[in-house]
Amino acid sequence: MIVSLILIVTATFFLMQAAPGGPFTKEKDVPPEIEAALNAHYGLDQPLYKQYFDYLYDVARWDFGPSFKYKAMTVNEIINNGFPISLFLGIEAILIAIAFGVVLGVIAALYHNKWQDYSAMIIAVFGISVPSFILATVLQYIFAIKLDLFPVARWESFMHTILPAIALSSSPMAFIARLTRSSMLEVLSNDYIKTARAKGLKKGTITMKHTIRNAMLPVVSYMGPLTAGILTGSFVIEKIFGIPGLGDEFVTSITNRDYTVIMGVTVFYSILLLISVLLVDILYGFIDPRIKLSGAKKGE
Amino acid sequence: MQNIPKEMFAPATLNENEAEKISKPSLSFWKDVTSRFKKNKLAIVGIVLLVLLLFMAIFGPMMTEFDYRTTDLAHANEAPSSVHWFGTDELGRDVFTRTWEGARISLFIGLAAAIIDLVIGVLWGGISGYMGGKVDEFMMRVADILYGVPYLLLVILLMVILEQGLGTMILAMTITGWINMARIVRGQVLQLKYQEYVLAAQTLGADVKRIMFKHLIPNSMGPILVTMTLTIPNAIFTESFLSYLGLGVQVPLASWGTMASEGLPAFEYYPWRLFFPATLICITIFAFNVIGDGMRDALDPRLRK
Amino acid sequence: MEKLLEVKDLEVSFQTYAGEVKAVRGVNFDLYKGETLAIVGESGSGKSVTSQTIMKLIPMPPGKISNGQILFDGEDLVPKTNKEMEKIRGKDIGMIFQDPMTSLNPTMKVGMQIIEVLIKHQNMSKGNAKDRAIELLRLVGIPSPEKRVNQYPHEFSGGMRQRAMIAIALASNPKLLIADEPTTALDVTIQAQILELMKDLQKKMETSIIFITHDLGVVANVADRVAVMYAGKIVETGTVDEIFYNPKHPYTWGLLSSMPSLDSDEKTELMAIPGSPPDLTNPPKGDAFAPRNRYAMKIDFEKEPPMFKISETHYAATWLLHPDAPKVEPPEAVKRRMKNFSSDKLRKG
Repeated sequence: MIVSLILIVTATFFLMQAAPGGPFTKEKDVPPEIEAALNAHYGLDQPLYKQYFDYLYDVARWDFGPSFKYKAMTVNEIINNGFPISLFLGIEAILIAIAFGVVLGVIAALYHNKWQDYSAMIIAVFGISVPSFILATVLQYIFAIKLDLFPVARWESFMHTILPAIALSSSPMAFIARLTRSSMLEVLSNDYIKTARAKGLKKGTITMKHTIRNAMLPVVSYMGPLTAGILTGSFVIEKIFGIPGLGDEFVTSITNRDYTVIMGVTVFYSILLLISVLLVDILYGFIDPRIKLSGAKKGE
Repeated sequence: MQNIPKEMFAPATLNENEAEKISKPSLSFWKDVTSRFKKNKLAIVGIVLLVLLLFMAIFGPMMTEFDYRTTDLAHANEAPSSVHWFGTDELGRDVFTRTWEGARISLFIGLAAAIIDLVIGVLWGGISGYMGGKVDEFMMRVADILYGVPYLLLVILLMVILEQGLGTMILAMTITGWINMARIVRGQVLQLKYQEYVLAAQTLGADVKRIMFKHLIPNSMGPILVTMTLTIPNAIFTESFLSYLGLGVQVPLASWGTMASEGLPAFEYYPWRLFFPATLICITIFAFNVIGDGMRDALDPRLRK
Repeated sequence: MEKLLEVKDLEVSFQTYAGEVKAVRGVNFDLYKGETLAIVGESGSGKSVTSQTIMKLIPMPPGKISNGQILFDGEDLVPKTNKEMEKIRGKDIGMIFQDPMTSLNPTMKVGMQIIEVLIKHQNMSKGNAKDRAIELLRLVGIPSPEKRVNQYPHEFSGGMRQRAMIAIALASNPKLLIADEPTTALDVTIQAQILELMKDLQKKMETSIIFITHDLGVVANVADRVAVMYAGKIVETGTVDEIFYNPKHPYTWGLLSSMPSLDSDEKTELMAIPGSPPDLTNPPKGDAFAPRNRYAMKIDFEKEPPMFKISETHYAATWLLHPDAPKVEPPEAVKRRMKNFSSDKLRKG
């Protein structure tokens, strides 16, 4: 995991270096002496390997350096401003995706091959097929502009969060619905469900205590990729709804070629994702008794 | 007991072959798979859509007298009419022609990504699985580390650095996209390499390449095809996503993604500019998804009989 | 002896995409209190479907009971709703399945899986149920039950898992235990242990057992009476002695000759029964076994044979028992057994 991280930081660093021109080349009216002075100030005239190690060191100390475009701000500040907003939106979307996705999937599985199954799965396929930014635009148009039920943009009240969260959660929700459904169907075909029925347990009891509990395992594993999806989805959603989150900043920095911000946010995101994958693994270890976290002995 | 004529108790002439006759006609593997696939209505819809799409991608741009790049500012932003079936964009270009040119590009990207993923993935996963042992461990470790890099982030970064364009985009998408295919192929190879016909081939002196290409790969075709089919919509999605961020193909080339991202800000006033490419993106992704799902279900051994 | 279970003319079929499969085509048998009845047959004979139908565990689409009665303790189970069956399953009838690896919920403690039954059917409190669960584990021969009760199935060995299944099935002291190939997935030595355990428990708890298997060796060990099934029908039924030493149906002959026996000499071949069972979407009009039966007569291809009575306890459905049928010689291996039978009978007097 740490290896991946170092790889990412290294790759990001060298990729940035490979970009044509320095960060100040595009600025207008910068006489060469001033450009040289700027480069010296930011340490850009140092030999490459020194810059690399300096950067690694800084990152380890959680210092991502200054922004080259917003002269008064550091990358850290940009992250600190934007991240809480994106976090809120992201968590909201994750909760919607899980809640609705699981319910849809369970219903589809319990009514396998009946209309509930078919309709749920058609909804799911559309959820996957419509890219989130298209959905976001459509939602914005219908519910905010035409019907005036929700605010169109910005981030001022809870109502402002609803449309973006829905748009952000649509693809993951569809995926979770399908995953839950196939997991439920797989569990239902298992012998231990037959055993549970042979014990005379009520149908509802069997569903809740036996089927769902076992079917949730793959869904929990999916939470890692889920976080990644929500994270990247936030780039476009925040832009469309004018939400000043980290995703929006990231997109702006890409357009502006603000390299330190790009690097810093990339590294930050990568750390975030790696942590979430780790957390999911730990969570899974708790839920599935067959995975022993601390290596217990096997009974005989 | 009713009266039964005595002759009935004479021994029956037993046809030896009768006994061994298999009572149900056995279908060959692929015939069974295709017949199951055909029963999946949604998948058939997907195939129909795909055929239509391919047809229009090939012949669409030829259907009008316009081409995709000629601008005509006098006729900018016109709604769909009998002259411009899909309307025009802000530079007066015909949306219909651009849409189907865009189809060519988007489908090309999807296919290219899928094929490259296929080649790299099959080689990597096949060799890793077949060799086993330390080689396998090492190759999979490398794959795991690369897999840990967030896909879209990497793609975005690469697009930022390298010269924008079609080639870069495909490179960016396939640089880690092959890992999924590699894992699937490796899984299949691991399962199959202990089958007896592989052993038989080895005893006959077949070398690795032959075993791989004649036995292992063909028998993994099922999951390989499913994975390929599902890579394409992912690639199309990524392309449209990148284009939205401004990292897509360069003007005047049009992909659905660039058209959608140009159409988005003008959505309220000139909705057709977003509508057509966006709808086609959705339809294409939908079609490939249901086809891929249909294939996966048709191949599922548990659903047999 | 009192009858616990009477199955009359049971017919079960399944709607599949290939058509309607008639898995059980008119099965009749009785089960008396305290006895063990073995149902023997190859895969596809309908033995599992029959046993699962008694508990009405077969999903009712696509399956359906097209005819017949299942009289359990006097009451017909066929018209009962699922809710009514829930009161009977696990309480009056218990069932254990073939594969102990997959028959237990992997994410639930073994103890809990027993406690569930006790709480549902005997209204025990959780505390009492746990104590009883420990007792049951001890009863089925699992060492350190107080520790085991809190463990998960993957921490048990295959044999122990099957013992746990038995504990679950017998938790409410049911009148009938249906064992669907309980030892097939186990090692031979473990098999013997499990069979011993079952016989032991049967004596203690006076349970009646229906034992489903394709293994005649197991049958000889546990059963009082045997029913041989083929293609959805019972073709021969009798006491263990009658079936092993005086079988009358050519299929039973085939089964017995394909079994190696300690007293066969090297010259006796093991006979396999050629061919495979018929496709039950289109059941044949005559005797279903006829195409594989080297003693088949013309009538076997025309009409299904009725059950012919051989003794009060011994019946077989084969035209060979018709007074007009020619006398045939059963295979070597069977003839030897018959000799042992009659000489035994003479000795026993």
